[in-house]
Amino acid sequence: MKGFPTEQDHPPDTYVLRLYITGATPNSIRAVANLKQLCEEHLKDRYTLEIVDVYQQADIAESDNLVALPLLVRKFPLPERRLIGDLSDTKKVLNGLGLTR
Amino acid sequence: MPPSPKKTAPSLPRLRKTPTGITGLDEITGGGLPTGRPSLICGAAGCGKTLLSLEFIVRGATAYDEPGVFVAFEEKAEELALNVASLGFDLLKLQKEKKIRVDYVHIDRSEIEETGEYDLDGLFIRLGYAIDSIGAKRVVLDTIENLFTGLSNQAILRAELRRLFGWLKEKGVTAIITGERGDGSLTRQGLEEYVSDCVILLDNRIANQISTRLLRIVKYRGSLHGTNEYPFLIDAEGISVLPVTSLLLDHDVSTKRISSGVPALDDMLGGKGFYRGSSVLISGTAGTGKTSLAAIFANETCVRGERCIYFAFEESPMQIIRNMKSIGIDMKRHLDSGLLEMHASRPTLFGLEMHLVDIHKKVTRFRPKAVILDPITNLVTVGSVSEVKSMLIRLIDFLQAEGITVLFTALALNTIVSEQTDEGVSSLVDAWLLVRDIESNGERNRGLYIMKSRGMKHSNQVREFVITDEGLDLVDVYLGPDGVLTGSARDAQQISEATGRILRTHALSQKDVEIGRKRKVLESKVASLHAEFESLQDELNRSYIEEDLRKEVMEQNRREQTAGRQHKNTGNGKSKSK
Repeated sequence: MKGFPTEQDHPPDTYVLRLYITGATPNSIRAVANLKQLCEEHLKDRYTLEIVDVYQQADIAESDNLVALPLLVRKFPLPERRLIGDLSDTKKVLNGLGLTR
Repeated sequence: MPPSPKKTAPSLPRLRKTPTGITGLDEITGGGLPTGRPSLICGAAGCGKTLLSLEFIVRGATAYDEPGVFVAFEEKAEELALNVASLGFDLLKLQKEKKIRVDYVHIDRSEIEETGEYDLDGLFIRLGYAIDSIGAKRVVLDTIENLFTGLSNQAILRAELRRLFGWLKEKGVTAIITGERGDGSLTRQGLEEYVSDCVILLDNRIANQISTRLLRIVKYRGSLHGTNEYPFLIDAEGISVLPVTSLLLDHDVSTKRISSGVPALDDMLGGKGFYRGSSVLISGTAGTGKTSLAAIFANETCVRGERCIYFAFEESPMQIIRNMKSIGIDMKRHLDSGLLEMHASRPTLFGLEMHLVDIHKKVTRFRPKAVILDPITNLVTVGSVSEVKSMLIRLIDFLQAEGITVLFTALALNTIVSEQTDEGVSSLVDAWLLVRDIESNGERNRGLYIMKSRGMKHSNQVREFVITDEGLDLVDVYLGPDGVLTGSARDAQQISEATGRILRTHALSQKDVEIGRKRKVLESKVASLHAEFESLQDELNRSYIEEDLRKEVMEQNRREQTAGRQHKNTGNGKSKSK
C-alpha cells in the first residue's frame, strides 16, 4: 500500500477519498459503482480515490476502526467524514461529502 | 458443592464447559460457561457486567492458558486497563504477552452518514483477525448494544447480530455478550433472542439502604444449574460468587473434643468440651458475659496453637482486648503471633450476603480452626430474621464442611428466655449454652446452663457463672428447699449452714456435760443409798446380836439361879453385874 497523500500534497480543492470494501459482495460492488459515477459527475479531475479490500488487509480493520462496511472516508478536505453503506442514496452521499451547493 | 452437569447416562455426550475461573461461578454453573457458544450477561448499569466478563478473559489467559479477545464498545483499552488495575489485573502486560487482546470499537452516530445498504463485515473481519492473531478461545463483546446507538438501521443490525452469533459458534470460541437491562426484558435490544444458550442476570439491589449484588442464571441450555440468586462481591481480588445452597449435609464429622477454655464448663460437657467442627451458640441477655466466654474460647484455641478468627460486630478489637485483660486474659499476644485475627465491622457496613461472602473469603484465606461471631443479633439490623437465619445456615454449612468450630453469641432481647428464637439458629447449632440473669434480693447474678449439646453427655444443672480477675469459673448453685440460690444469697445460705453446724456441735457437747452431771448425781445417790443400806444392815445386825447376848445372859442367869437354889445363893447383885 503506497503512502496516503497528505494535505500538503494536494491543492486545496482536491478531494482525497478512501473506500473500504469487502471483496466482491453485492454491497461492495454497488458502492464502487455508485462512487465512481458520483465522482465523475461532481468531482471530475479533482479527486483521488483509493479502494481498500479489507479481506486482503484484515489488520487495518482494527487500526482504522472499521465496523460497518462498505465505508467511504473523506480524508481531505478536513474534517474527516465517514459514510457507510452502498452509497445508493446520492443526496446523502453528496451531503456527507460536502458537495451540496 | 456444584451440581453435576447432567444426570445422563455416561455414554451420552455431555455439554462441554469452559471454566470462568471466577470464584463460585463455576460451582453454580456446574463447570463454567458452555464451550464454543455465546453466553449473555445482562444487568443494569453498574452491576459488574464488564468486570465479570473481563475477569473471564483474564482468568482464561492466566489460569487456563486460553487467550481471549475483549471487544470494548464503551471504554478505551487504556481506560479499561486502568479500571481493572485495582483488581490486580495487568492488562497491558497480558496484551504484550499476546494472551489477551483488547479492541476498542468506537461508533459515533454524529460522525457517520448512512447512505444505503451495509453490513457489519468490518466487525467480523476485525474480530476474526483478533481471534486468529492470538489463537483466542474466549471472546467478550462489551456492550454490543452500543451498535444500536451508533447505527440506525435496526433491520440490518438484527440480521447482522444473528449472523455474528452464528459465526462465533462456528469459530468455536466461548463468548460473553453483555447487555444493558431493559424495561420488561432482559436486555434493551432483546439480545436474549439471539443468545439463548446461557443467560446470566446481574442485579444490584438496595434494601434498607444497603446494596447487595446478586447473580442469577436465567437459563442454561443442556445443563443443570443453580437457580437461586447468588450474592457476589467485587473486591480487591475480583468477583466472588457465593453458592447459597450447598445443603447436602454430607460433611465429615469429628469425634475429637476441644476445650471451651473454662474447665468447669468442660466438666459440664461430659468433661471434655465441644466437638471439633461443631457449632456453638451462646445466648443471653445483655451483660451476661457472652463476649467473655467467646473471647476465652478464642484464647484457648490460640493457646492450643490453632488459628482463630474473631468477627466482632459490636466492639473494636482493641476494646475487646482491653476488656479481656481485666479478667486476666491476654489476647494481644495471639494477635501479635498471628494466630488470632480480629475483624470488627458494623453490620451496616454492607448487606448480609456481603458479610457472608466476606467471612467466607477471610476464612478461606486464613484457614482457622475456630471462628467466632460476636454477636449475630446485630445482623438483624441489616436483614430480616429469616434472612439472617438463611445466612447463618449457609455459614454453618460452610464452616462445618471445612471442619471449623464456630461459636456465635446472640443477645436475647427480652429477659424471658425464649426457647425457640435466637435468630432461629438454635435448631441448627450443635450446642447451645444459655447465660441468664438470676435476679433476687436486689442482686443480679449470672446462671449458665446447657440447653442442648448434641452427641454428648452433659450436665442439666444451672451453674453460677462468675467472672473473676483470673478468668471465668462456674460454681454450683445452691439447690435447696427455697429454690435456686446464687450470689450472696448462696453465700449467706452457705454461712448459715456453717453456723448451724457449729451450733449443733455446741449443743451436742452441752448435752454430754449434762449427762455426765446427771450420772454423777445419780451415782452419788446410789452411794448414799448404799450407805443407808449398810447402816440399816449394821443396826439390824446389832439388835440381832444383842438379842443373842440377852438370850445367853438370861440363860446363864437362870442356870446360876438354879445352881444357887441348890448351893445357897451368894446374892442377886453378883449375878446381875455379870
